[in-house]
Amino acid sequence: MKIAIASGKGGTGKTTLSTNLAAFLAETRKVILTDLDVEEPNSGLFIQAGAVHAEDKFKMIPEWTKSCSLCGLCQDVCNFHAVLQLGTEIMVFPELCHSCYACSELCPDSALPMIPQKMGELKHFSDHQLSFVESRLDIGQERAVPLIAQTNKYIDEQFSEDIIKIYDSPPGTSCPVIEAVKDADFVILVTEPTPFGLHDLKLAVETVRELQKNFGVVINKYGIGNNNVMDYCEIEKINILAKISNDRRIAELYSRGELIYQHVPEVQSQLADIVNHITEMKVEISE
Amino acid sequence: MKEIVVISGKGGTGKTSVTASFAYLGGQDVIVADCDVDAADMHLLMQPDFRQSEDFYSGQLAVIDSERCTNCGACAEVCRFDAIPEVDGNYTIDALNCEGCGYCPRVCPEEAIKMEDRNVGKWYVSTIKTGSTMVHARLGIGAENSGKLVAKVKNEAKALAEKNEKKYIIVDGSPGVGCPVVSSLSGAHFVILVTEPTVSGLHDLKRVHELVKKFSIPAGCIINKADLNPQIAEQIVTYLNHEKIVHLSNLPYDETFTEAMVNGQTIIEFNKNHLSDILTESWEQIKQITNA
Repeated sequence: MKIAIASGKGGTGKTTLSTNLAAFLAETRKVILTDLDVEEPNSGLFIQAGAVHAEDKFKMIPEWTKSCSLCGLCQDVCNFHAVLQLGTEIMVFPELCHSCYACSELCPDSALPMIPQKMGELKHFSDHQLSFVESRLDIGQERAVPLIAQTNKYIDEQFSEDIIKIYDSPPGTSCPVIEAVKDADFVILVTEPTPFGLHDLKLAVETVRELQKNFGVVINKYGIGNNNVMDYCEIEKINILAKISNDRRIAELYSRGELIYQHVPEVQSQLADIVNHITEMKVEISE
Repeated sequence: MKEIVVISGKGGTGKTSVTASFAYLGGQDVIVADCDVDAADMHLLMQPDFRQSEDFYSGQLAVIDSERCTNCGACAEVCRFDAIPEVDGNYTIDALNCEGCGYCPRVCPEEAIKMEDRNVGKWYVSTIKTGSTMVHARLGIGAENSGKLVAKVKNEAKALAEKNEKKYIIVDGSPGVGCPVVSSLSGAHFVILVTEPTVSGLHDLKRVHELVKKFSIPAGCIINKADLNPQIAEQIVTYLNHEKIVHLSNLPYDETFTEAMVNGQTIIEFNKNHLSDILTESWEQIKQITNA
């Protein structure tokens, strides 16, 4: 089962929920936690586990071999302006390249073979029943989607389908989030009861509905702000899976990189509630 | 005209609340640009009137003409994005996966595929409550945040600032370190990094500053919720000194941030405690630095 943890707004507690839920579940069963927020991966700061494997991740880009008739077709076919003909030179701009292979495969002189270029790193850690995988995009690389896709592929290849998989997703509602949640069986949207939280939750709900995903909401920092998020969920008939109190103790534990549920019993029982909720919904769906 | 960009790497550090406060303090001297187009929230504090609204087109989408298509599958064979699945013997475009590369129409023997421009969102010009102007946008669900909409918002803001002889553009930047942030940063005169003293806050601050350094833009930092973890706050200050980032101010852990937001106000207007004094001092300091 794949559970993606997402949110429209950043800083609402995605990583907190992902790491705590994964560690809590790992006390009784096998769990894989994957950090797909490859631009700013933070889950690893909260997980103590031994390194198992590391690999560089590459994207494919064309490289000009110079044995070329300068027909200009490559520049013509590239929709991303990643290939330019300047005088008698062909220039490739790797950061603009989407790895579609059109220039390379359509070139009549085979003068643009595709070569790998490093875009980031994947690391795999393990501690008892918890496996943790994170990828981080190299600074200067602009596109997160290919790295997210390759990380998902690694998880699918390494682990069997019946193990619970938790994905810490990037914020927002654009491409990277879609790539992170599109294969999920269930999406947990984390929000906070503030005007920014509500505004971005609505966008996130619109996104998961468009993807036709089963989802529920976890309200973090419950007690600050106002009641509008709760009212919205009621009107829209959205399941609220848990309300985690606004508590300075929680913020302090988080600031030190500690797991919350091990210190705050209330949070432990909320995690159990979330697991029950999802299990029940899953049973309903399969029935 | 000076362009000041506020970014944070990590979300939820108070970036938008801080940006809105400076926009309010700057009043008529400032054009505001909300470049956090994927989760734009600044409008909730600035009361924009959406007086001008325009569609934004970026990238393309492949469209198959089923009348002409013979379902030969040549398109699906070249597609690297699994965007042309075969459903019941017919090839169709999966719009969420299509990157708009334009390879498939070039190999279609029936010329049955054409590329259409993609509407990826809207951008707006508004008069806001300070009487000044804000340029903002809304990226469509699942659209590619390629940085082009961010660039559009910034360029419009720049044109307006030049035309109206404004002193500053204040930009609410995007999270992360990818294209939208790169677009937010290009051309900036000064960067304000808003962080918090948490392991994640420090981690993300360092990553995003690596990016800022590539642009050689001078930077200042505001540590929000500074008393939450004095030890990490101290580590951040050491980092700032080492990297020659101006330490603008520390803000205390204070729910006034949220209360002001619930009231649809900036912290300056809400003015419940000394938070607004600290932010006012920081704004004065930023003006001095950028005009030096």
